[in-house]
Amino acid sequence: MEVIAPAARPLGKSTREAFGEALRDLGYARPDVVVVDADLNTSTRTQLFAVAFPDRFYNVGIAESNLVGVASGLAACGKQVWIASFGVFLLANAFDQLRMSVALPRLNVKLVGTHTGITVGEDGPSQMAVEDMALACALAGVRVFVPADEVETRAMVQAAAEIDGPVYIRCGRPPVPVVHESGCVFRPGRATVLREGSDLTLAANGIMVAASLDAAEELARQGLSARVLNLSSVKPIDEDALEQAARETGALVVAEEHLAHGGLGSIVARVLSARYPVPLGFVNLGDTYAESGEPRALVERYGLTAGAIAQAARAVVLRKPT
Amino acid sequence: MADAAALQAASLEALREKARVLRKHIITMTTAARSGHPSSSLSAVEILVALYFGGILRHDPERPTWPERDRFILSKGHAAPALYAALAEAGYFPVEELATLRRIGSRLEGHPILGKLPGVEASTGSLGQGLSIGVGHALAGKLDSLPYHVFVMTGDGEVDEGQVWEAALSASKYRLDNLTCIVDHNGYQQTGSTRDVMPLSPLPDKWRAFGWHTLEVDGHDLAAVLSTLAAARAFPGQPVAIIAYTRKGKGVSFVESDYAYHGKALSPEEADRALEELGWK
Repeated sequence: MEVIAPAARPLGKSTREAFGEALRDLGYARPDVVVVDADLNTSTRTQLFAVAFPDRFYNVGIAESNLVGVASGLAACGKQVWIASFGVFLLANAFDQLRMSVALPRLNVKLVGTHTGITVGEDGPSQMAVEDMALACALAGVRVFVPADEVETRAMVQAAAEIDGPVYIRCGRPPVPVVHESGCVFRPGRATVLREGSDLTLAANGIMVAASLDAAEELARQGLSARVLNLSSVKPIDEDALEQAARETGALVVAEEHLAHGGLGSIVARVLSARYPVPLGFVNLGDTYAESGEPRALVERYGLTAGAIAQAARAVVLRKPT
Repeated sequence: MADAAALQAASLEALREKARVLRKHIITMTTAARSGHPSSSLSAVEILVALYFGGILRHDPERPTWPERDRFILSKGHAAPALYAALAEAGYFPVEELATLRRIGSRLEGHPILGKLPGVEASTGSLGQGLSIGVGHALAGKLDSLPYHVFVMTGDGEVDEGQVWEAALSASKYRLDNLTCIVDHNGYQQTGSTRDVMPLSPLPDKWRAFGWHTLEVDGHDLAAVLSTLAAARAFPGQPVAIIAYTRKGKGVSFVESDYAYHGKALSPEEADRALEELGWK
């Protein structure tokens, strides 16, 4: 078999860096925006906002529970509050506070998890949010978005700012390829077709979007036409786009940088089993925590690659009814 | 001066009567609901009376979201019956609605939910969270240069929660002199005395060590509660903690300090006896 080089895609900024810049820009546009930090602003990049707007920035120390409570109180007083931390600390450490103080009263608090997935890399599994999507989606009334690149991150921050209510945005640590080179319109609840195809659909978000585009290239050379659907709005999910993909292509592979339980795959399976059942394949982290390592090596080791997606795609099309 | 003293005595008498009314509501509504936390509510009565009827809170029941209002956040959310009784008597909603406590369709949830009932400032009931929310309100007041004061009431067992101390640190850092935390120190939590379950002593010293100006008061002595709450605004650059020594179940002899009554409504017969003790029968 011919060795396939991944499609050339320019390496962009990390989504956390793009978030930090977009948040700073939002600060100029909206005086009601305040930011609360649990002493990770140099990592989450809310430092950019802190430098520009020191009077609207609070560092409550290494205390995620208090972080969420303070944000809740500020939001109850009419502020649009943004809080960012490593995804695992925000969602897992402060889950009850998010539930009680943000989700239940539906307050205008924007949650940003940085350092999500295994591409955190060398810091190891304690720092890797791999169950944050399950946790965030479980919070009633919270919208959940996952950007694929820096371009989509900026659009997403703008969109989240327009929403009067809680939103979770999942960002990552390392620089990632730009998949929206000619710009991007992000609309909550709407998926985007990044590549047309008729034999199956590759549905993904985050870093798995670029991998899906690469997989589609590989599959094309092997005679399979794959549609690529960017499900960057996970909650609400674009049920119509999923049904359309199922009707028109007859099979889907869902790829995500997350554990198997409660992530994008679970959501797509729930939607399609009710709307239009077709064979599904899944590419994810299964039911295992990862380990320390260089991000590129971890992605190979844990099967979050274009090759793994292409393999799942070839398997799922064999299950299509003839 | 004699007139002023007489006036003060008369108004104290009116406040004591208000406390008696709140206690009646607490017992009646929890017995009707057949559940709830009457004993945890009874220990907080004089503090709530002082706040809502003693001129401590600057508030307006006609405008519950008035931006300049003082805030009261009940962090010990299980004492919701006491808060609801105070809010109803203050005019936030009809007193008759107290009878709907914990019923489906009622605005009076088992624990307070923000946005459900006028006058409720935070969703509480998962303990340890109200002081952080109060810090947020106090920071917003400073940011917007609004003159309001934020009062938070926690239980004593509640301060077992680490988040309380995270919040205490941050209030001190930001010099929140517009924030007061009242600890309803009734000495008991669900399964026993605070001394046995998780010793807090020396509790005032703990708050002082966290940078709070700390006051202590007999939480059932209305005159003392009033003067202590009034003093809480007078410490520039520092948040104030008030340790209020109270009795769980205060006012009902057979409930006082019998922790087995935690989270239990009185039976109709017990409620009759309690109301009799309070002079309602």
